[in-house]
Amino acid sequence: MSTHRKNMDRLLRGLMGLCSGITCLVLLMIIGYILYRGIPRLTWNLLSTEPNNLTGNIGILPNILNTLYIIFVAMIIVLPLGVGAAIYLTEYSTSRKLTNLISFAAEILTGIPSILFGLVGMLIFIQIGGLKQGILAGALTLVLMVLPTIISNTRESLLTVPRSYREGALALGSSKWHMIRTVVLPSALDGIITGCILSVGRITSESAALLFTAGFGLKMIGFVQALQSSSATLTVALYIYASERGAYDIAFAIAIVLMALTLALNLIASKTAKKIQEKRG
Amino acid sequence: MENAIHGLFLFCGFVSVAFVLLISVYLIISGIPAIHQIGPIKFLFGTTWKSGQNQFGILPFILTSVYGTAGAVILGIPIGIFTAMFLAKAAPPRIASVIQGAVELLAGIPSVVYGLVGMTVLVPGVQRAFHLSSGATLFSAIVVLTIMILPYIISVSATALRAVPREYEEASLALGANYTETWFRVSLRAAKSGVAAAVIQGVGRALGEAMAIIMVAGNVANMPGLFKSVRFLTTAIVSEMSYASYGSLQRQALFSIGLVLFLFIMMINWILHKVIRKEEQ
Repeated sequence: MSTHRKNMDRLLRGLMGLCSGITCLVLLMIIGYILYRGIPRLTWNLLSTEPNNLTGNIGILPNILNTLYIIFVAMIIVLPLGVGAAIYLTEYSTSRKLTNLISFAAEILTGIPSILFGLVGMLIFIQIGGLKQGILAGALTLVLMVLPTIISNTRESLLTVPRSYREGALALGSSKWHMIRTVVLPSALDGIITGCILSVGRITSESAALLFTAGFGLKMIGFVQALQSSSATLTVALYIYASERGAYDIAFAIAIVLMALTLALNLIASKTAKKIQEKRG
Repeated sequence: MENAIHGLFLFCGFVSVAFVLLISVYLIISGIPAIHQIGPIKFLFGTTWKSGQNQFGILPFILTSVYGTAGAVILGIPIGIFTAMFLAKAAPPRIASVIQGAVELLAGIPSVVYGLVGMTVLVPGVQRAFHLSSGATLFSAIVVLTIMILPYIISVSATALRAVPREYEEASLALGANYTETWFRVSLRAAKSGVAAAVIQGVGRALGEAMAIIMVAGNVANMPGLFKSVRFLTTAIVSEMSYASYGSLQRQALFSIGLVLFLFIMMINWILHKVIRKEEQ
């Protein structure tokens, strides 16, 4: 090999190592810095109380609850819709054009930035629909956003269910709906779960779509009241504490909570995804 | 019974199509009036945005979004592709799984957390390094955007690189090329539409990002300069929506910005669609 080719080889290998190193280093630095700044402020009191202007206490319990509420409401609405759409695409649709149209629409939804979902959500659900800023309007907006995730994961998993299962059930005299309910859906359960976990992860880390739909409220209110009154999730609370109040230590403590949640969700999602791979392989 | 269920699933299938239509229609309906009232040329090419004095020119926002995205992509492509190449071809399995994990984690970090770390570490750093009065500049936003789009570029390109048929690489090696020559001249070329799709997705992400960059870009409606405080299309919406009063021209102009952003995103989706279809052929 000529020295030029040898040098080129070394240079390219060096660059590959360097760039991979940069990527990992950036992650380590971000996580390390968040832990360094956030841990001193991450106390049980912060996690278990609400903010109080009189005592000056700051607590993020309302925001943790709001995040859970919004996940709950959004998932209850989006899950049947998304799974239903996937079932239609794989089990019922006979027209190729229709299938393409629906997948194309889901593809477009995936590419739309969250700030536009926030804008449209505010228009449709609050200005036109007459809802007040709150968990319900926020959750409905998130339904628009995570629907394609549920559809595509369910669909992929439905496609792995062998044809022979379906034919067997039908041959035994089961109706189509009975066949789907008892044979197809149970075998596709892990894909549906993966879709759910990914959606929950996306909802947990979402902020731009929620600013004008779920709102900025930091106070503790009950679930029913929160549906229709301004309620900040953890991400929005982080933004408020960092940008508007300059309370960086609180913001970093919230960042730790968020990172722990997304990390856990990531781990579970990749575990179930691996399970599907094994089943397929 | 069976027909009713069929109808129900058909309905679910059409919900995503309806969502896309709903979003497009409402963005257009709410975006047009202000453009009409201000005048399309004055709105799109006006260089001053002063909502207090009814001056609504969004050229600074458009250019900032374009420059910011271009900057992030120019920095992100080499780092992303070298890392993807290392991940897909050169790295021993154990190191590859570490990098894979890092990439997944980077993708899972919520954008407000990127914004928080950016505003507490990067902004003061840039201020000191370049002797500026404030480090909240287009440059800081580009760095944050680069880190945010890296995981997408890496994982999509790595998937494309892994899918290159072994025979191509073996043929190249048999002809006397060494490994790096094979990877960068044969594999990369064979995977080029997959890599292009990765880059286009990165462009979409960068263009649509709002919360991370509103915290580091300084948020002043200047014409863009690398070390000036700037406002993007997305952050323009976020920063004024909360106080723009109902029915005012300012609020309508913000919806028009949303429409412009939507058109940009649709254009990128369209290009992505073409690239993917070309690859399928």
